[in-house]
Amino acid sequence: MIASEGTDKRVIVVGGGLAGLAACVRLGEQGVPTDLFSMVPVKRSHSVCAQGGINACNEVARQQGYSEYEHFDETIYGGDYLADQHPVLEMANWAPKIIDLLDRMGVPFNRTGEGFRDLRLFGGSLFRRTHFAGATTGQQLLYALDEQTRRYEAEGLVTKYEFWEFLWPITFTEGKTTRCVGIIAQDTRTMQLRAFRADAVVMATGGPGLIFGKSTNSVVCNGAAASRCYQAGAAYGNAEMIQVHPTAIPGADKCRLMSESARGEGGRVWVPRTIGDTRTAKDIPEAERYYFLEEKYPAYGNLVPRDIATREIFDICVNQGMGVDGQNQVYLDLTHMDPDYLTEKLGGILHIYERFVGTNPRFEPMKIFPAVHYSMGGIWTGYEKGNYAPGEPYGKHVSGDLPPVDSEPGRGLRPGAPCNMMTSIRGLYAFGEANFAFHGATRLGANALLSCIFDGLFNGLSVANFVNNLHTKMSTDGSHAETPASAIHQSVYDEALEIEQAKYDALLARVSEDAEQSDEHNPYVIARELGEEMTAACTVVKTGEGLEKAIVKVRALKARYANVQLADGAMWTNQSLVYARAVGDMLKLAELTLVASKAREESRGSHYRLDFPDRDDDRFLKTCQGIYDAATDEPRLEWRDVDTSLVKPRPRTYGKVDAQPEKKEEASASS
Amino acid sequence: MIATTDNAKKPKPRTVRFRIKRSDGHGKPSRWETFDVPVQPGENVISCLQSIATHPITSEGKRTTPVVWDAGCLEEVCGACTMVINGKVRQSCSCLIDEYAPEEGDEISLEPMSKFPVVRDLWVDRDRLFNDLKRIKGWVPLDGTYNLGPGPKESRDKQQTRYKLSECMSCGCCLEACPQYTLETDEEALEKTFVGAAIISQARYFNLHETGKQLEKERLDALSSPGGVQECGNAQNCVQVCPKEIPLTESIAAMGRAVTFHKVKQFFAGE
Repeated sequence: MIASEGTDKRVIVVGGGLAGLAACVRLGEQGVPTDLFSMVPVKRSHSVCAQGGINACNEVARQQGYSEYEHFDETIYGGDYLADQHPVLEMANWAPKIIDLLDRMGVPFNRTGEGFRDLRLFGGSLFRRTHFAGATTGQQLLYALDEQTRRYEAEGLVTKYEFWEFLWPITFTEGKTTRCVGIIAQDTRTMQLRAFRADAVVMATGGPGLIFGKSTNSVVCNGAAASRCYQAGAAYGNAEMIQVHPTAIPGADKCRLMSESARGEGGRVWVPRTIGDTRTAKDIPEAERYYFLEEKYPAYGNLVPRDIATREIFDICVNQGMGVDGQNQVYLDLTHMDPDYLTEKLGGILHIYERFVGTNPRFEPMKIFPAVHYSMGGIWTGYEKGNYAPGEPYGKHVSGDLPPVDSEPGRGLRPGAPCNMMTSIRGLYAFGEANFAFHGATRLGANALLSCIFDGLFNGLSVANFVNNLHTKMSTDGSHAETPASAIHQSVYDEALEIEQAKYDALLARVSEDAEQSDEHNPYVIARELGEEMTAACTVVKTGEGLEKAIVKVRALKARYANVQLADGAMWTNQSLVYARAVGDMLKLAELTLVASKAREESRGSHYRLDFPDRDDDRFLKTCQGIYDAATDEPRLEWRDVDTSLVKPRPRTYGKVDAQPEKKEEASASS
Repeated sequence: MIATTDNAKKPKPRTVRFRIKRSDGHGKPSRWETFDVPVQPGENVISCLQSIATHPITSEGKRTTPVVWDAGCLEEVCGACTMVINGKVRQSCSCLIDEYAPEEGDEISLEPMSKFPVVRDLWVDRDRLFNDLKRIKGWVPLDGTYNLGPGPKESRDKQQTRYKLSECMSCGCCLEACPQYTLETDEEALEKTFVGAAIISQARYFNLHETGKQLEKERLDALSSPGGVQECGNAQNCVQVCPKEIPLTESIAAMGRAVTFHKVKQFFAGE
């Protein structure tokens, strides 16, 4: 149905990364006019930083025993049973179709000699199921979707608002239901605030890496937009689930990711077996190198999931003191491989390493350390189940087994159901990293691009259906059952605008008059202290005590922030105001992350509590919902059972065995 | 404690002087301000700008407003933080202080790109670049997003050629360095001014794709109109400054030939 002319339907998409653009393309195709808001030109969205690839079952893997079902099972097992099983099943089933579509869009996927799409290994799987375009897959996928969006923009179906910042969702109560009917946004150049109407709003605003100070995220990934939805009443799911990526290069301004694909293509992680070994890497013979991941995890080796690799690297450096040169770093070694092969497959990340570190990883092993990378948690969303309903959850899947169900569409989710990926606020959706649903307690490498695009394309249809229903469903008296946004009284929008305008004016009035701005109320200093505290207390290893201290600290920062001072009172392009405003929202999301981390007294996936080292399914096989309490300005938690009707939880060990740094050394000495 | 915590004990910082060209917007007067920034090994222009934002005090000890600049990924894949550093256009994230200003007291000058209207200070408006991608219909015309099987098979060589072209991040370095590419803000004139190397190379990228080719004629029409490939003066600056080492001059030559061939064909077809 193409019916843009004369329609007063309208959707707002906030965020122009993979999830937001995929949603625009799907909505454009449905003929629904869409306003796309982004802090940056969409082609510069953080999705460009994704490197390694995108997972999908494919013919080669299928003939070796792999299946969409196994992709699903890997994702659930990888996520330590915290992900919503139904959406993940549907996503895995659609993955091959999504790859085909991206291929048709012209993404330059690497090719085999015969011209088929090439594949590589990735973490958490024993099969080659990752499709890639060099080591800049995210950039290439983003560009393809940017191009398709530009086409709908040229046709007038998509209107871009670039350099506009989302400030608040506008809600409207009709009878017993409150629903999202638009947003307040601000042009960060002219500083003009405006209310925008929409029948549905999609939040595709990515993750909150900046609350940890330095992370692998881009400078716009502060989580402020998601935090504002949380403060407006949307439940936030599993805030405590933050992924720390095992391999990054620490830097003064950020940590730069060194993709898992380096290990997928054969990269090996090691440290010298002897503490204090001062020889250069190439002078250390094979037997004196401790390939600790390979020795501890014979089946998966360097490709264990990220939380496990991160904890092992952390243990080697921090607990064992075995870091290279006595510092917090380990080798990521590609030097045993053909330099030309590396350039073809990994050129993008090798270029980054060379540029920012100055040595050539083709000939000298990289030195890396873990860094905050991705948020599995996000705005809570719901869904309508599909038709796969086994009598008992399947607990017996073994890699390579025949799947218990086929991959027909609709097995996991009902396609197009309006509630798919809708937040706890009606009409407000969350897609991509901003959505909590797909990755549970750890995201597997190369599943992020997939979940973003799946959300946009598959659940974009749900948004279109929600909007169409709104315009066609009538009450018995002949009026709309729910008023479309275009018919809602202007006062709803004016009032929302006034509130945001007042907040903005109040912040603008906080220009520091002092000659010397005090650090106490400096937003940059507050954010730096927040990042340091979050990184220390709430990343690889957490303890109840440390989290409690961090909560006290963050509450103190909130108190300081209440008197924040700006260094710039400009009424146009006021970047410090935009930054300072976000810091306030980051503090609230950080507080929720800490409170949820403290309440989850178990260890699961990326959430590792030293004082509760085991998974506790009896108490915590549950989604943690953070609800903002405006009266106290603090979070309240609710726990919801995870629906495990498709897969039965089993221990998540990845076949770990005991390994000691001395073992091999003794063996080689005696041989 | 993870990667964000500095490993080694911090040595005593040294001072680098930044000269920054500031302005309140396009058409407004500009001024230079200098800042003395304490730097540690491993810093880059971005981390120095962050220091200035935290404590915006000039080298004369005067309070000023934080410098405004554009940034995104900070790993040279988004193109946002492009500016003119010591007279040369490049991304500021990959501009390492140890390399650019190795000695105590060294100076680094930062200016906004000159071929785009200034929003404020170092931030410029590059909307034109994205609009020009519409001029050449920079997309593969799909039937739709429904499942219709895979795309066309492709040889390894062709994929490698296309991949290289597809790495263009629309940063605008090639346009800043091009003598034929000029600052233009008049909307009507924009339609007729030179599109520059990045756009020409993108046209080539889409024409190389089996399905993208469907729009080849339209793209060649656009590139043979005013502002098209014929306006290239062959200075070859573009290829020198491209941070992704995209073979831009090759693309210009290829599209130049394609346009000529296209026009000859049109002439004989009596179009």
